[in-house]
Amino acid sequence: MNRHSSYWVFLVHRLSGIALALFLPVHFWALGDALQLDALLAWTEQPLVKFSEWGLVVLLAAHLGAGLRVLALEFLPWRDWQKGLAAAAAALTLAAGLAFALAL
Amino acid sequence: MSALAVEVWRGGAQGAFQSFEVPRHPSQTVLDVVTYIQRSLDATLAYRFACRVGMCGSCAMSVNGVPRWTCRTHVDKVARENKLVIAPLRNLPVIRDLVTDMRGFFDKWARAKGSFAGTKTKRDDFARVAPDSADRRKVDAGIECIGCGVCYSACDVVAWNPDYLGPAALNRAWTLVKDERDVVKHERLRAVAGDAGCHACHTHMSCTERCPMGLSPTAAISGLKRAVLGSVLKGEL
Amino acid sequence: MSAKAQSLLWIAQRASAAVLAACVLVHLATIIYAVRGGLSAAEILGRTRGNVAWFTFYSIFVLGVAVHAPIGLRSVFIEWLGWRGRSRDAALVAFAALLVWMGMRAVFAVFA
Repeated sequence: MNRHSSYWVFLVHRLSGIALALFLPVHFWALGDALQLDALLAWTEQPLVKFSEWGLVVLLAAHLGAGLRVLALEFLPWRDWQKGLAAAAAALTLAAGLAFALAL
Repeated sequence: MSALAVEVWRGGAQGAFQSFEVPRHPSQTVLDVVTYIQRSLDATLAYRFACRVGMCGSCAMSVNGVPRWTCRTHVDKVARENKLVIAPLRNLPVIRDLVTDMRGFFDKWARAKGSFAGTKTKRDDFARVAPDSADRRKVDAGIECIGCGVCYSACDVVAWNPDYLGPAALNRAWTLVKDERDVVKHERLRAVAGDAGCHACHTHMSCTERCPMGLSPTAAISGLKRAVLGSVLKGEL
Repeated sequence: MSAKAQSLLWIAQRASAAVLAACVLVHLATIIYAVRGGLSAAEILGRTRGNVAWFTFYSIFVLGVAVHAPIGLRSVFIEWLGWRGRSRDAALVAFAALLVWMGMRAVFAVFA
């Protein structure tokens, strides 16, 4: 079964959404312990954690990009070029990932 | 002259692929291949076709995992290394070999209220519908559906959620929602809203990608989503 | 659940998506800016503690997430886990409550 771009964007959207839903309670819990923030921040200096943070930023940007594509398809007047929204979603994700990587 | 190695599904829900060797010709279609097998190699093969010129949709099958009209699928376009895998359409019960039971497909059409309901009788004058009105253009964009089932087979949500009405039924419902002569719009919107209806579409767009008539059920379903939103906001749903 | 209720879930999902799109853009920009030159608790908390504007912003963010994530997971549960019936939606309501509780706890810890 050959898969076209819209299917891959959907899959990225869904998988990133699941990953974020699993991550967020952990994120909230860690921030809720803000009094131990320095200990937490020291822990976040580790390379594996840095890589995971980058991964999460990419997942968030990917989910946002793919989500904007869904909103465009559902609410804007229909045009054939809207399949290109998959490309726009990918570009957004890439941009965010690069920006974060450069900032680290 | 080269030969095609063709795997064809035999049996019902339980079964297996059977291998055939079929002579390859220029301008050969997948329907030609199936026809050759049934006439020259195995007369017990069951399959459907009618017009064989790309108008009726009866010959729809799964070719290398993709739902297509086999009479409109050239072997040159799909056979990699002279190989073909031909199976019945996905998401429909298999009666035998390449023949599927389309009753469920049409039942969902009815559940989506996919039929016209008007108030005029033959004694009334014709309804005057401007062909270039915004609503009529939307209807015309989706009206040419011939119910071939390719979109339904292509749809992953249909595969994942047996209750999902599917792209064809929803597309037809949309053409009726936008038909100014139709009088059951509110019931129809209620029929197509929710987990089994338009809201289950995740815009994979496999239907739009595969529709042999060039329709976009995704566009129609997006229209239904907006129509339901309007209906909810107005307290009509 | 009635067709109308299911439609309202879809509406809530799209509405929260629009709110979160704005929140995420601000959040990403802020994170990328803040992460430059390293992070320290004093630095962060110095900026955030007692800040009413950020407190409000992140409260909206948390509530948006608590609406959006469970409704998103609902489709996954129906389609990929085949989870039918009341227990599925009950589990999602519990998850929403968890997100509100933990999220607001975090918002208070960082911004109050």
